[in-house]
Amino acid sequence: MSTTTAELLKGAAELFPDEVVTSAHVRHLDLPLGAGRFALITLDNGFDHTKPTTFGPGSLANLNAALDQVEKEAADGSIVAVGLTGKPFIFAVGADLKGVEILKNHEDALAIGRSGHEVFKRLSSLAVPTFAYYNGAAMGGGVEVGLHCTYRTVVKSLPAFALPEVFLGLVPGWGGCALLPNLIGPEKAVSVIIENSLNQNKQLKGPQVFELGIADALFEGADFLEQSLLWTASVLKGETTVERPEVDRGASWDAAVAKGREIADSKVHGAAPAAYRALDIIAAVKNGDLQSAYDAEDKALADLIMGGELRSGIYAFNLVQKRAKRPAGAPDKNLARPVTKVGVVGAGLMASQLALLFLRRLEVPVVLTDIDQERIDKGVGYVHAEIDKLLLKGRVNQDTANRYKALVTGVLDKAEGFSDADFVIEAVFEEIGVKQTVFAEVEAVAPAHAILATNTSSLSVSEMASKLKNPERVVGFHFFNPVAVLPLLEIVRGEQTDDASLATAFAVAKKLKKTAVLTKDAPAFVVNRILTRFMGEIQNVIDEGTPIDVAERSIEPLGLPMSPLVLLELVGPAIGLHVSETLNRAFPDRFTVSPNLKAVVEAGKRGFYVYDSGKPEIDPEVAALLKQGDVALTEEQARDRVLDAVAEEIGLMLDEGVVAEAQDIDLCLITGAGWPFHLGGITPYLDRAGVSERVNGKPFLAQGVASVPA
Amino acid sequence: MPRTVRDVVFVDGVRTPFGKAGPKGIYHETRADDLVVKSIRELLRRNPGLDPAKIDEVAIAATTQIGDQGLTLGRTAGILAGLPQSVPGYSIDRMCAGALTAVTTTAGSIAFGAYDAVIAGGVEHMGRHPMGEGVDPNPRFVSEKLVDQSAMFMGMTAENLHDRFPQLTKQRADEYAVLSQEKAAKAYANGRIQQDLVPIAIRRTSPEGGETGWGLATADEPMRPGTTLENLAGLKTPFRPHGRVTAGNAAGLNDGATASIIAAEDFAREHELPVKMRLVSYAFAGVEPEVMGYGPVPATEKALAKAGLSISDIGLFELNEAFAVQVIALLDHYGIADDDPRVNQYGGAIAFGHPLASSGVRLLTQLARQFEEQPHVRYGLTSMCVGFGMGATTIWENPHFDGGTK
Repeated sequence: MSTTTAELLKGAAELFPDEVVTSAHVRHLDLPLGAGRFALITLDNGFDHTKPTTFGPGSLANLNAALDQVEKEAADGSIVAVGLTGKPFIFAVGADLKGVEILKNHEDALAIGRSGHEVFKRLSSLAVPTFAYYNGAAMGGGVEVGLHCTYRTVVKSLPAFALPEVFLGLVPGWGGCALLPNLIGPEKAVSVIIENSLNQNKQLKGPQVFELGIADALFEGADFLEQSLLWTASVLKGETTVERPEVDRGASWDAAVAKGREIADSKVHGAAPAAYRALDIIAAVKNGDLQSAYDAEDKALADLIMGGELRSGIYAFNLVQKRAKRPAGAPDKNLARPVTKVGVVGAGLMASQLALLFLRRLEVPVVLTDIDQERIDKGVGYVHAEIDKLLLKGRVNQDTANRYKALVTGVLDKAEGFSDADFVIEAVFEEIGVKQTVFAEVEAVAPAHAILATNTSSLSVSEMASKLKNPERVVGFHFFNPVAVLPLLEIVRGEQTDDASLATAFAVAKKLKKTAVLTKDAPAFVVNRILTRFMGEIQNVIDEGTPIDVAERSIEPLGLPMSPLVLLELVGPAIGLHVSETLNRAFPDRFTVSPNLKAVVEAGKRGFYVYDSGKPEIDPEVAALLKQGDVALTEEQARDRVLDAVAEEIGLMLDEGVVAEAQDIDLCLITGAGWPFHLGGITPYLDRAGVSERVNGKPFLAQGVASVPA
Repeated sequence: MPRTVRDVVFVDGVRTPFGKAGPKGIYHETRADDLVVKSIRELLRRNPGLDPAKIDEVAIAATTQIGDQGLTLGRTAGILAGLPQSVPGYSIDRMCAGALTAVTTTAGSIAFGAYDAVIAGGVEHMGRHPMGEGVDPNPRFVSEKLVDQSAMFMGMTAENLHDRFPQLTKQRADEYAVLSQEKAAKAYANGRIQQDLVPIAIRRTSPEGGETGWGLATADEPMRPGTTLENLAGLKTPFRPHGRVTAGNAAGLNDGATASIIAAEDFAREHELPVKMRLVSYAFAGVEPEVMGYGPVPATEKALAKAGLSISDIGLFELNEAFAVQVIALLDHYGIADDDPRVNQYGGAIAFGHPLASSGVRLLTQLARQFEEQPHVRYGLTSMCVGFGMGATTIWENPHFDGGTK
């Protein structure tokens, strides 16, 4: 190599002056059992566990220097082995993403991959064995540095261990793809690298790391390092033999990779390259040629780092990790009033789900009301049954179940139920007159300070508040179905909503562990407006004459969680129709009401497809109802139509000030509609696909926000 | 209800290596409760025959019971060590005799029949909790001259002891200290000490103490092998100008923890636990607080009397070397030579260190090892002085006794 690793890292470090640099402390100790002198490397960025240790170029250079030292000591026989561990509660959580974001060209990206390999590889080529002690959270490069060691131990209480690269849009590129299948076999490696990553970045716990065979020994947290060192001594003295099952390099290897491809297809539908790149490397390393696999990792890393999917992935990750915690436009949180009792108007399914959520998160009394006792009993019964399920699953203990059941009650008389409630949410029929009446009734009996929240998905919050004595306490609190699963909560500020009420709404959202996004009181707020425009345009294309399968396939390259018509089925065609009618009234020039959809709803159909063959096929009864025009678009033409419509709508929403920034639109789509990271929600994708420029004459995001910086 | 007093035995004892208190000490960044927890866990690993659910009590001593030595350490350490929640625990304080009191108090309860087996130990992190931290002595001590002011300062009480017994010269104290270091070094060389040490992972983030990162404590930090009389002669006498007590003939300020299993003999036999020592008697006694170091004399008198033994029946002594003068005061009282081979065979606190409330169990652990090695010895004794004018003595019988000469 013409450039040394140290030089490579020095160059990379200059590109990243803001790196939080991790030290690699070398400390010597005498092993138990008289096993000899030992060098233990501690990775530590000097902060406590709230700022986990990461690897940037400066950190890698420190580890490299530590390895220079122990390499010499190993060679001259002054140490018998080398260990690697982390600061309390943290082993290392991988590459510093900020250092990836700033990379501007392929060459620099390649250098990051290569230098990481060059440093980590040294752990497997010292003159003495190496031991990694996973003492705490280990992710990405943190996991990988340990994989290069000869042996590994893991702490039982380890909360998070993962190779999350594919989740973000990368591959485990510092040896993960190469080493893991060779250590634990391809099937388990695919499960860790592909399946867990694409399954909302599922984390492994300590015992699983041991059971998978990634770690050779498992010890409890109370004396993890002591026991790891004792075990090390015992291994070195030959008293403990580490046996690992032989990896099957036959047909099962290919089968495991094929299964990985199926998983990737089902999750990203070929739309994001990372999983496939990782699988290619895993497939190739069947031959055991690690160096070729490392080279392939370098290339994959560099390609992906320069690609839009990763940049979108990092952008999306930062939205859900950071922006979600500090909602744009939320008032001073000190203005929030305490919420010690919650009222729910309505006892139907949505209302009951809300009651359960408030109960579990706020742990305050929740009172349901409805128009008759039977409905109330049913609502309370639902909540009790759900609590019983939680108890059966071991999610709550008996004491907590008792407490929750006692906290939920139902009464007919709103005055009795709401006289001391601090927060009342309604989930009654979507009709403005009904909602106004309900709020008037609640206002008559609830304390003057009580927040009146509405779960409306499309009605005007301001209009709902307009007839009240204290309209300033009305806020929109729009959940997404299923309430327990989707994190998004659109918090709607009505014209008269005051800061204290809004602050209280945000404080409640935080306790509910929801991702709150502030929106203006605009028709259908954010997610429903975009989805309705999106679906409406698909429907238009179909209505005009494009075959359904072409229209459906046109969107596949985006890798959305489901096709538009399957989504419509999930939402319910009637609800879809209702929202499209609402938006059609608000914006008749852009939102149409599809006569075909109307016909399907009127015919009482719950969807467009039947699944008798196991695969979705157009329901013949639906097919008979459809009246299509004669303009058949190609997939590409259809896609352009749909994406143009979405870009136009988002542009208009931003102009109207529905949300503060495009980032909030994306956060809403990710957390409320499950739109994927590799699209960054949607605006990074619209920018990189040139749609934003075509439709609005400018991108939504400045270069570098979710793309390679200029 | 009719009762039978049960024999109480020492099953096993361990300790952490002892460290030097202060920013350069090995445990500067280690919590006191963690030292206890790791000791308890090691005890349980060494004695798999003891079902943790059968432990009836966890009695842990600490002098300064605040911060990481507070919060009812016996209970919290039990939970942190992974003992079943059904196992209770409490904290004990008798300053330097804390761990010893944990042993005798639970032993009394075992003899009474309330317990079958317990964990008893102690801890003192004098780096995190310097002597006198947070104390608030009643002003009447001074205004009514209940004690001399020097009683509050252990070094001064040691000087007072030199005053009371002029024959206990600085020379004798120094000679004793040199011998203690020699014996400790020899015990280490023979592997007598390490077998009961619990290795402790230690973190250092400040380079002033040496290499940074995680390390492992496997030996006592305070040891000064090779100490000579000349070395000691020149040391300062911090408690009094031209005094006699120096850092060389006293234990230092230390961090460390100990733990032991104490059980009813019938229980130990039934569960095939080791029986290393059988408790014969124990006693605590008070003296004038300003000559605290004399406490072991009346305590030993009392313990011997209760046991019906005389000093000549004792074949091995483990005396806490808080100050050399305190040890030689006891020896002098009984006419035993300062270098009598029965006394502190492995050396003592002058070499190993004296993390106040932990030390009592160190004495027991070492006595138990000496019993194993010397089956001709029938009885052994541990004794220590205690702040505010007390002494503590326990007498043990060697279960390995082969009917030999003593």
